[in-house]
Amino acid sequence: MSIAATEKDLLDEFELLGNDWEARYEHIISMGKDMPPLRDEEKKEEFLIKGCQSRVWLLSEFRNGKVFFKADSDAAIPKGIVAMMVRLLSGNTPDEIVNAPLNVVNSIGLKEHLSPTRANGLVSMIKQMKLDALAYKAKV
Amino acid sequence: MIRSALDIGRIRAQFPILQRTVNAKPLVYFDSGATSQKPDAVINAMNEYYRLRNANIHRGVHTLSQEITALYESARDTVRDHLNATNSREIIFTAGTTASVNMVADTFGKEIFPSGGSVVVSEMEHHSNILPWQKMVKEKKGKLLVIPVTERGEMDMNVYEQLLEKSPSFVAVTHVSNTLGTVNPLKEMIRMAHAKNIPVLVDGAQAVPHMKVDVRDLDADFYCFSAHKAYGPTGVGVLYGKEAWLEKLPNYQVGGGTIKTVSFERTEYAELPLRFEAGTPNIEGGIGMKAALDWMNGIGCMAIEAHEQELMEYATQQLEKLPGIRILGNAPQKAGVISLIMEGIHPYDAGMILDKLGIAVRTGHHCTQPLMSRFGIQGTVRISFGVYNTFSEVDALVEGLGKVQKMLS
Repeated sequence: MSIAATEKDLLDEFELLGNDWEARYEHIISMGKDMPPLRDEEKKEEFLIKGCQSRVWLLSEFRNGKVFFKADSDAAIPKGIVAMMVRLLSGNTPDEIVNAPLNVVNSIGLKEHLSPTRANGLVSMIKQMKLDALAYKAKV
Repeated sequence: MIRSALDIGRIRAQFPILQRTVNAKPLVYFDSGATSQKPDAVINAMNEYYRLRNANIHRGVHTLSQEITALYESARDTVRDHLNATNSREIIFTAGTTASVNMVADTFGKEIFPSGGSVVVSEMEHHSNILPWQKMVKEKKGKLLVIPVTERGEMDMNVYEQLLEKSPSFVAVTHVSNTLGTVNPLKEMIRMAHAKNIPVLVDGAQAVPHMKVDVRDLDADFYCFSAHKAYGPTGVGVLYGKEAWLEKLPNYQVGGGTIKTVSFERTEYAELPLRFEAGTPNIEGGIGMKAALDWMNGIGCMAIEAHEQELMEYATQQLEKLPGIRILGNAPQKAGVISLIMEGIHPYDAGMILDKLGIAVRTGHHCTQPLMSRFGIQGTVRISFGVYNTFSEVDALVEGLGKVQKMLS
């Protein structure tokens, strides 16, 4: 599915939940719970997105011209957020990932996770995913 | 339950920020350990400084400069009285606790600390009372000797005694742990060090906001604190040093304000404390700090301590009733903070959800990573108190933690 189509799906899902922060957080947390956890040997220092509070591991691989991500976290909310990003970006070409505007992040009310001081905020996740895609792009 | 004699409603009314909402909920501020909120008395004093008193200190002959010099120096007297120091020459204004510790480590390290020497610190130190010493002993090819922390969160005094046998050149310890809340037996620790002629620096950052501190009674050689944790402004703090020690320390930063006379051939430096205060200081900070200490004394440090102790006791009782929550640090004497570990719940998640409820807590390692390693954890949820906190805020927190558990189960 294209990034734009998944964005639309995500927006619809969050819209259904209304302005209730609790429901929105519960949805994010459940996305994290649904994501298959990484194996212990995959939770290596080198896959950590650096931050001082919660740990988020992000791995990627390149198959048939597309980038596939998997991730995990020791905290539930960051895990849900990274699961959402994996759902959004995984399975797309490096170009599509690098160029994705990702307006959805603002639209679903996750602004508080965008602050650079929030450990493992969305910004560093997105940056790492785009960097990975860029690296694969160079290989094409 | 006995409630303290303080009228907390009247105190809260003096803090404009406590009237605001966060995420459409009344703000519940439990992060005073990071920085306290400021009362009108402090805000107004700083406002008045810029509106009516702004001038540079110590050198001007004009009225404004004379006025502000007198006020700034009276701030030094206020600090002296507050700490019960012998005289105002022992009070050096710095940028805060971290700057104070660095000043002592740098100057002591320069001429007095022996090559290959050691410094005793504890496992519960804030990074600010580890890194300056680590840097200094590295330069001197010496080492840090570390007092371990017991399961209850107290310093292991037997090991401390053994470490003193190793002839360290310095002891640097915290008065109150910013993570565990433990109030350390400083008087005894200092007595033990002094029996071997070892000087002691105390990190008082988490003590001054919560209790009466008497440096002469403690017999501390150096005592540091920051104004912003004690209802004052950021960027200003104090290094208290016994006069005899300060006289021994070489110059730190030099420049304007630190001199008597200067020529290209020879410079004669000023007396204490000005010798250690290079450049134009944080004048408004000094004035704000004076206002904050006056404000605290107006309420009474004993009354503040009593109220916070009642709050801590109540909070501990309520939190212990919650299943799946454990308090880290159970020393018999605690002040200022309660650290929580929630079974199966990352502190970050708890902090994010509490924030949505308008409750500000600190999550993470609290700049005490060695202590986190000691207990094998990533971090805690830290509740820290100010005199403005109430019993009903504790109830709101307990309810909020219930919600955290429900949402993350």
